[in-house]
Amino acid sequence: MPDVRIVNVTKKYGNIFALDNVSLTVRDQEYFSLLGPSGCGKTTLLRLIAGLIEPDSGEIYIGDKRVDKVPPEDRDIGFVFQTFALFPHMTAWGNVIYGPKVKNYDQKQADTIGHEVLELVKLNERLSAYPNELSGGMMQRIAVARALAAGAKTLLLDEPLGQLDAKVRNEIRYEIRRMAKDLKLTAIHVTHDQAEAMSISDRIAVMKKGRIVQIGSPQELYMNPSSLFVAHFIGESNFLEGYITKTNGYSEVELRGGLKIKAVTSNIKQDERIVLAIRPETCEMKLGYLSTENGLLGRIDKITFEGTYVRYEIRLENGDRLVINRPSLTEEWVEVGEKVTITYPLEKAHIFAYPEAGLTEEIAV
Amino acid sequence: MLSKIWNKLNALSSRKPLKYTLYLSAIVIFFAVILIPPIIGILIKAPTIQNVINQPTLMNTALGAISNSFSIGLIVAAFDLLAGVPLAWVIARGKSRWLSILDTLADLPFVVPTAALGYSLLLFWSSGGGISSFFGGSIISPGWLLVMLLHFTFSFPVVVRIMVGAMLDYKMEYERASRTLGAPPLTASRTVTFPIIKPSLIAAFSLAFARSLSETGATFIVAGAVFMNGPVFLQTLSNEFKNGSIPLATYEGATAFASIILIVVSLAIFSLIRIFGQRVKLPFGHGLPVFEKKISYKKGEWSRNSIALIVFIFIVLVPSLFVALPAFQAIASGTPLVQAFSGSGIWVNFWQSLLLSYGLAAIVTVLGIILGIPMAILLARKTFGNWLSSFLDTLINIPIIVPSIALGVSLKFFWQSIPGIPDLLLLIFAHLAITYPYFVRSMSAAMERISVDMEEAARTLGAKPFTVFRTIVLPLTKYSILSGAIIVFTRSVSETGATLAVTSKLQTAPVLLVTWVNSVRGSIASIPGVNSLTVGLACGILILFSFIILLVLRLLTTKGKA
Repeated sequence: MPDVRIVNVTKKYGNIFALDNVSLTVRDQEYFSLLGPSGCGKTTLLRLIAGLIEPDSGEIYIGDKRVDKVPPEDRDIGFVFQTFALFPHMTAWGNVIYGPKVKNYDQKQADTIGHEVLELVKLNERLSAYPNELSGGMMQRIAVARALAAGAKTLLLDEPLGQLDAKVRNEIRYEIRRMAKDLKLTAIHVTHDQAEAMSISDRIAVMKKGRIVQIGSPQELYMNPSSLFVAHFIGESNFLEGYITKTNGYSEVELRGGLKIKAVTSNIKQDERIVLAIRPETCEMKLGYLSTENGLLGRIDKITFEGTYVRYEIRLENGDRLVINRPSLTEEWVEVGEKVTITYPLEKAHIFAYPEAGLTEEIAV
Repeated sequence: MLSKIWNKLNALSSRKPLKYTLYLSAIVIFFAVILIPPIIGILIKAPTIQNVINQPTLMNTALGAISNSFSIGLIVAAFDLLAGVPLAWVIARGKSRWLSILDTLADLPFVVPTAALGYSLLLFWSSGGGISSFFGGSIISPGWLLVMLLHFTFSFPVVVRIMVGAMLDYKMEYERASRTLGAPPLTASRTVTFPIIKPSLIAAFSLAFARSLSETGATFIVAGAVFMNGPVFLQTLSNEFKNGSIPLATYEGATAFASIILIVVSLAIFSLIRIFGQRVKLPFGHGLPVFEKKISYKKGEWSRNSIALIVFIFIVLVPSLFVALPAFQAIASGTPLVQAFSGSGIWVNFWQSLLLSYGLAAIVTVLGIILGIPMAILLARKTFGNWLSSFLDTLINIPIIVPSIALGVSLKFFWQSIPGIPDLLLLIFAHLAITYPYFVRSMSAAMERISVDMEEAARTLGAKPFTVFRTIVLPLTKYSILSGAIIVFTRSVSETGATLAVTSKLQTAPVLLVTWVNSVRGSIASIPGVNSLTVGLACGILILFSFIILLVLRLLTTKGKA
């Protein structure tokens, strides 16, 4: 149950860098996610680890063994495909024991392994059915069982839940994590769904345009995003543009329209253009215009009831827009058009240098 | 005026009766012109078999020839798969830019009309000028081996085409999954890829087999006097009848006898292939994983690819194009070229036959498209329910399966009982019957790929059925229509067996070529002015013309795809 190391791997398709000098270590028995918008290179990276494609340069290690020239069948991996890729001409059972069979195990061994993994995925019915007769959830379980039966030590999952409906998806994602943990496997899970990645991963690598932009635990990524992109992609953020006017123990920021607020010190120098990122759920809202330090004044533009949360969209006095989420059960009833004052804990607002390419481009997915 | 009629029809088209009338007429024409006449024709003449029942020598010759047809067809189809699948693999999976050239080259034997192909092979394998000259004479003399080589050569592109298509459609994800589960490349192909593309393997085998059964003209050229298969036997009968060496009763009886057996056995074999094809489960047995692993990688792959390429180049490509050599000699020597293009002497016949061939092919193609489209829609959309659709589907295949000379003979038997039918019309009917299934197949496959949703979306947006067809179906299927048209056209230009069977007055280009070749070889009375140079030149011109037409059509199709 090995660690997986990627060292300076580059993969180009024509002139486009699918992966641009990527390095990464996935620890032994870790449940690791590669997260990013489509086209960020996450699937390419997973396929490189599996050996389904070869890197242009760089090294890939599984355990102590360098594998980038090793064919996929000799890497001891299990791969769960987004489309499941269950062999249509074999029954569910035939699919499951395919791995042991092509590895030349005898029938008895293959049967034993088959039953063991089916036990794990809690599926012992409809084994003589063909893939096109199974439901999405069942196909998914068979796909995982098949990958495990081949004796995988590393489980690679390419958007394994993408084809399932929401309810089943939520159930199965925890099961997959549990199985990986029970079997002490190293698991690498590719997804574009940040909620999915956050809920099951030990650590996550956020990718963008062929590069890894941040690696960390779900909490780290959420609490301390290292870039506007991560702040935007993981969870939700309000972005307010402005300038640093003073750095003196704390930073003083002038927002559009001359509104001055304080923020935690950063290494950004005075007079530089910045973006302040504030998460909607860290904000407090009080009725009326109050003269509080760091209060943002505005009017409620739109209210959406979302069940757990009430979502308010607020037009600030300086014209900026801000979204805040409040737990619905504790909220008082307010109406559209009312004046409100928004406050937030200083340390929960992150300052980023204004991106060269512009804010929209930076956070575009 | 025209637009008024169109609008009127368009408005009418949402009424069911018009739609059904259209579909029904497609079915009626299919039965009335294509399927029923040959069946009735052969039944009319069935009693004449009595005349030959008591001629054991003739019967034995017939049976021997027919069994030759089937054994050659089966062996050739098997070899086609063995050689064609690896080549298709190289074309479909390779990454080199040169592969598109290989892809085009693989189609070349398609372009060469089979009669010219037969002559080309004869020159290459068994004349003093070809490969044989290196071995001091002919290495393969006319006979069964040369027939097999010929059949291998012309059915090879069919197999490659089908298999390349199948491999491109095949979802690589299955094979990747197999690899991640521990299967080396060869094991993955054996256990996953081939079982999944099994229907295409069967289709390729069947078509190669059918092509081999039907081919007449070229086979006649390379068979020599020593070897007979079904079509050659039928053609010989007809020749013998014409020069008076056998009486009408014997001719009709033996022809009916051989045709019926050919048709019945073909139908039986194809039904068996169909039934067993579905039953046979791939992969069988365990294979040899360790051995497979050994030959899966670099060296094994390299030698496999090399063998596939060598077979293709030296057995298919070079022999097919060898006829270009005398063509160039003819051009170099000057005189035949001048004669040919001034249309003097024997060349009058040549240009007439060429005109007839291309004119006929054009008419047949247009008719095929007009009659084929409603049938294709009917099959793809199952307009009259599942049962009738699959029934029609089976019937459509019959003209492909039945050897074309037997089809021609049957057609002739039917239509000759109705006086006053011009030979040209018979020729059109025969070619239509032979090519119609190819067009319908290609078109209905394309229709099946268009989701019904799209048509329904157009309807909900206010389009009448005709408009839906014109604005949605036609644009989406036009390249399949075009490629179907190409097949129909080339098949018609190449067709010899049925042509010989239905008319002795009209000479199409391949029929003329067969006569010329036989004159050069002395197997018939020699025609003044025909020599190896003129035959070479004639072949060259035929190939060149076909190539240009095909190139234009191909450019049209690829342009559209890009």
